[in-house]
Amino acid sequence: MTIEFETPKPIANQQVMLKTVAENMMRSISREFDENEHTIPWSYVEFMHMAMKAAGGGGGLTVTEKPKEGDEKRPPLGYQKLASQIEMLSWGDLGMYLMTPGGGLGAAAVAAAGSAEQKEKFLERFNSDVPTYAAMCMTEPGAGSDTSSIRTRAVLDEKTKEWVINGEKIFVTGGDKSFTHYEKLGKGFIVVWASIDPTAGRAGMRAFVVESGTAGVKINKLEKKMGIRVSDTAAISLVDVRVPFENMLGSHNVEKDNKGFRGAMATFDATRPLVAASGLGVARAAFEFLKEKLEENGVKIRYGLPRQKLSNIEREVIDMEIMLKSAWLMTLKAVWMADNKKSNVLEASMSKVKAGDVATRLTQKAVELLGPLGYSRELLLEKWMRDARITDIYEGTGQINRLVVARQILGYSGSELR
Amino acid sequence: MYSFEPNEEQQMLIDAVGKYAENDLRASAHDNEENKELPKKLINKGWEIGLLQASIPESYGGFGERSAVTNVLALEEMAYGDLAGALAVLTPSLFAMPILLAGSEEQKKNYLPKIVAGEWSPYTSALIELSFDFDPNALKTTATIVEDKIKLDGAKSFVPYAKEAQEILVYANLNGVTQGFIVPKDSAGLSISEEREKVMGLNALPMYKVELNDVKIPLANRLGGASGHDFELIFASMRIASASAALGVAKSSFDYAVNYAKEREAFGVKIAQKQAVAFMLADMRTELEAMRLLTWEAAWKMDNHKEDLCSSAYLAHTGAVDMVMMVTDRALQIYGGHGYIRENPVELLMRNGRGFAMMLGLAIV
Repeated sequence: MTIEFETPKPIANQQVMLKTVAENMMRSISREFDENEHTIPWSYVEFMHMAMKAAGGGGGLTVTEKPKEGDEKRPPLGYQKLASQIEMLSWGDLGMYLMTPGGGLGAAAVAAAGSAEQKEKFLERFNSDVPTYAAMCMTEPGAGSDTSSIRTRAVLDEKTKEWVINGEKIFVTGGDKSFTHYEKLGKGFIVVWASIDPTAGRAGMRAFVVESGTAGVKINKLEKKMGIRVSDTAAISLVDVRVPFENMLGSHNVEKDNKGFRGAMATFDATRPLVAASGLGVARAAFEFLKEKLEENGVKIRYGLPRQKLSNIEREVIDMEIMLKSAWLMTLKAVWMADNKKSNVLEASMSKVKAGDVATRLTQKAVELLGPLGYSRELLLEKWMRDARITDIYEGTGQINRLVVARQILGYSGSELR
Repeated sequence: MYSFEPNEEQQMLIDAVGKYAENDLRASAHDNEENKELPKKLINKGWEIGLLQASIPESYGGFGERSAVTNVLALEEMAYGDLAGALAVLTPSLFAMPILLAGSEEQKKNYLPKIVAGEWSPYTSALIELSFDFDPNALKTTATIVEDKIKLDGAKSFVPYAKEAQEILVYANLNGVTQGFIVPKDSAGLSISEEREKVMGLNALPMYKVELNDVKIPLANRLGGASGHDFELIFASMRIASASAALGVAKSSFDYAVNYAKEREAFGVKIAQKQAVAFMLADMRTELEAMRLLTWEAAWKMDNHKEDLCSSAYLAHTGAVDMVMMVTDRALQIYGGHGYIRENPVELLMRNGRGFAMMLGLAIV
């Protein structure tokens, strides 16, 4: 190993192409879809599906690079490429990035906790000719960050060998497009987390694949949100929903351990740096916009001066750049570790803590510094501030991730540091 | 390629420096600060690890090739032990490294072999000036070319080991540009304060005021020879070094805080089990990591001659200054009242931590 910061060629090339996409397919329609909540930007969806298929990505933003034979010397780049893609697409439009067709978190759960047969059965569809979605249903009205206290239940019907699921899920990103039938979309699914044994706590948690159109599932509403309005956030109720026995991911025996739950958590370890990357994409958009506007107005940032000689606005901009660049390096390190099969629980959570902070504070500050220009809906900065705010909340709030970081550095278990 | 792990050779060096930092520097930091002195034996032991020697090519008497990344890793490790001790061990670098980076062939041949050949000897440099808006790119000490001589006038502060030094590399303003000048100790018009500088931290490190009144040196003593040199490279190296040392100081206080929080009980639990304390530690660790990577990147840019080295070094240093203040201050807070007592290590780390905002030029990688 060594210490190096040269952007790998494949990533540099990919970023040039993605920047064009971000500018022409996303930024150009950002405002329209922010103002018209719950409409679907088909141009982006269909273009991305086509482009990703053409690139051999198998439809969807996933780690596509598999080690080829005789190619052992080349270091693995999968997660690093993915994080860079996500950063650039979010620089284009965070909400729209979330709408990128593919399996998303639903497929990630299958990939993390499913058997070989399940992976084949459920994941093949994302390679089809039409854009297809999957979503993860974890959060409930009474259980957000504390995912172990979810109340959705799955009971096995011994006669039919079906699981019967009852419960209520909220904040399902892409839930509508994964479950509701749309002519232009393939058949998706939602992954529902439920307990098969409430007395077993976390050990009783399992994930179930619920196919689009399954009876008893109802999309109750699409949330109206502060930002990322183009991305649908569904509230879903499940009443006596029957799914086949083999749609449960993981073992059906309730062993006294947390395997099922850990499966979900492992998904988060992998996705936290990716959420960090998306937050930093918006933050970079805001930062570049701020600098551009300042320059247009004759404000130069004099790098290299001691603090005492800088104006307040210069100090703010320089501090923003420090935040942004260091948070991105932390994110890169976390995904580099994932690519190199190094345990990155600490680094993944630290990158999320930092990026969540940076995305939030940087965009808020940028709006302030640009005054009325920052607040005007004629420009995109105010939208980026609203969009960015979610990154310190979903996939583990800043506080939950601080807990994870603290437990890691202190060597504490969940019961030692609650 | 991106990569975030020291290579084998670097790891060996980190381990060697780490041992010295832990067993020698960290163990004696408190006493040295209180006694206001660093034993020569302690400095020599650090010198023998050979950090500077490993940066100097064989042709100039050393045994290696300079790598800013390697030096950053080593300096963090050494500053982890004690900032004053680390700066003392590396004081000869303040003179040798600029010569290596920007000196003329003659200067390299003249000075480098004798600096690295024997025991630690206090070659030093003078950059800081005692004013609120001290700026290495706008120095108040002036250099004027008068016929075949260079005339230096001004006052410098915080010059480590000036009294014992044989030569001092003095930075001065030549027509608006910062340049280094090699000033022999016996130059007429050069005076060094009898008393040591009195500062908030770093009391173990002997530092002096240096005054230059109509000091005349030959043109050849200008760093880089008669035509001079680019100060930006040296300045970037100083900033990266300062950031690296800040990482070491911050990590030291972070480690103390973690251990203390896991020992100290309140309300029937260890205080580390309280989120109020645990979250402080999480933030400290996160900021440390953030600035470490920014510093590594700047050092890597230096080694790879990247165009944006200077702004990278500036950002890393500026960020590290805030980080080290935050981390050392919170460590003190976690110790509570005990943190305020000088018997405990964290108050010294906090005093030293504050110094990074203005102590530019006391280290170089």
